[in-house]
Amino acid sequence: MNSVIKGASYILAHTPDMVFYNGTTQTTEKIVNPESEYLKEVPNNLRTYEQAMKYWPNQTYIGNVHPEELAEVEFPWYDKNKEDADRYGKYGEIMPQEEFLLLVQASDMFDVVKLEKGFVAAHKEAFAADPIISEDIVARVQEGVELSEIEHFVNEEHAEGLYHDAKLVGCVKRAHDIDANLSAHVMHENLMSKATSVLALLYAVRNAGISKEDVEYVVDCAEEACGDMNQRGGGNFAKAAAEVAGLSNATGSDARGFCAAPTHAVIEAAALVKSGAYKCVVVTSGGCTAKLGMNGKDHLKKGLPILEDCLGGFAVVITENDGESAEIDLDMLGRHTVGTGSAPQAVIGSLVTSSLDKHGMKITDIDKYSPEMQNPDITKPAGAGDVPLANYKMIGALAVKRGELEKKDLATFPAQHGLTGWAPTQGHIPSGVPYIGFAAEDIKAGKIKNAMIIGKGSLFLGRMTNLFDGVSFVMHANTGAEEAQAGVSEEEVKGLIAKAMKDFAETLMAAE
Amino acid sequence: MAILEGKKAIIIGDRDGVPGPAIAECVQTAGAEVVFSSTECFV
Repeated sequence: MNSVIKGASYILAHTPDMVFYNGTTQTTEKIVNPESEYLKEVPNNLRTYEQAMKYWPNQTYIGNVHPEELAEVEFPWYDKNKEDADRYGKYGEIMPQEEFLLLVQASDMFDVVKLEKGFVAAHKEAFAADPIISEDIVARVQEGVELSEIEHFVNEEHAEGLYHDAKLVGCVKRAHDIDANLSAHVMHENLMSKATSVLALLYAVRNAGISKEDVEYVVDCAEEACGDMNQRGGGNFAKAAAEVAGLSNATGSDARGFCAAPTHAVIEAAALVKSGAYKCVVVTSGGCTAKLGMNGKDHLKKGLPILEDCLGGFAVVITENDGESAEIDLDMLGRHTVGTGSAPQAVIGSLVTSSLDKHGMKITDIDKYSPEMQNPDITKPAGAGDVPLANYKMIGALAVKRGELEKKDLATFPAQHGLTGWAPTQGHIPSGVPYIGFAAEDIKAGKIKNAMIIGKGSLFLGRMTNLFDGVSFVMHANTGAEEAQAGVSEEEVKGLIAKAMKDFAETLMAAE
Repeated sequence: MAILEGKKAIIIGDRDGVPGPAIAECVQTAGAEVVFSSTECFV
């Protein structure tokens, strides 16, 4: 039987100071144009926690707003607040920067994160009050050090500063004197990814209604690489995050594939469970500091605040079939192969129609498609357009070409079979997976019958190939009950054998 | 498509739109010389 989506989590960490200090748009500007007006304006155009928390797309990401409700909100969204917004949602939370820095320190196993004493004292109580943060994690928060010690590490020892309200409150030290792969910059990037993954794991376990001990395997699908000079991408983020999250029975490994990695990872996890290798696998990912403020220049030019101010994270719990949760159908996978080519028709064909054709299905037989779910409030002012809509137009056009959709219905295809994007532009985070939580619920409730999750990856960015990549899978309603009805149970087999033997014995006795 | 005949083309394709190699195929058919072609990810 197919494995099922037992639960999903979606979390954000609001990190406005990291936009300025760690986002590559800003760090690059500091190198090439250190006196630029843009750099001067960045600190004046960062959102407060309240503003970021009340932002409609962020409330959608953590599950307080359904994507259909978001689609009804007048665009643009950056100038509107969701009035009854909440820090906590059914899928996760939006953690404030000050608490997140404590979680980062608690996630550090090599004493490279130092926080200032007063900062820790001021925020530890709030951190401990977060219901998802267990006592063992709170216990890992250290008392902190003097500011002078932090200043020494930043000024003399190449440490990466940690800032809150533009004040130095801590640092991430380098983990080696000369190894670039253990530099403070890399350690900072990796620890932020790890800490957001930890938060996602904690919520995923809660949302799936399982215990931490149930998790046997974790797959991390972020876009960072950890290792030293002898194994730059050695890994393993998955096990490292599982350790902090308290998943004591789990091991794990990392899956990489740019933005397509989450979809690859979910397929791999579903296969691991269906094969019987593991009963419960969690796919997880933390966020990416480099992409903070990625489109900041365009946002400021257009009079918007910097909207890319949150690290994202998500996790999906995949278990053996429970007879009720939405299934991942491993017989309905799409994949862009080396030989597929790059023509849009070939790309969409490989990702969307190849699996449908196998089952004699039409494009319109899938209720909802979830390709790239980037928030258009972020991408449109930056000139990248509405990315989900561009994908729906391609899928719809192929449906018309295949004679499965009337040309006049092309305009309504995106609304009927698509979704408005809401995910932060954190690379892998918006790629297909943001809809898994809503889709699993809507399928279980009978609101939709199926959904196709599509992950796309820009492999060419790594300069190893010019190829693009993508994979897809279909989620649908649970068929466990049907399979049980159609199949023959062990008891029935025993009964049939007993009857056959009895009949045989009777024929023997009659022969005598 | 005579407007591309004998021209040199610099192509920047979009991963979520039309990728570079697909545009290159088209402009070559229309008589242009592709001097640079890449696909970019804008998100």
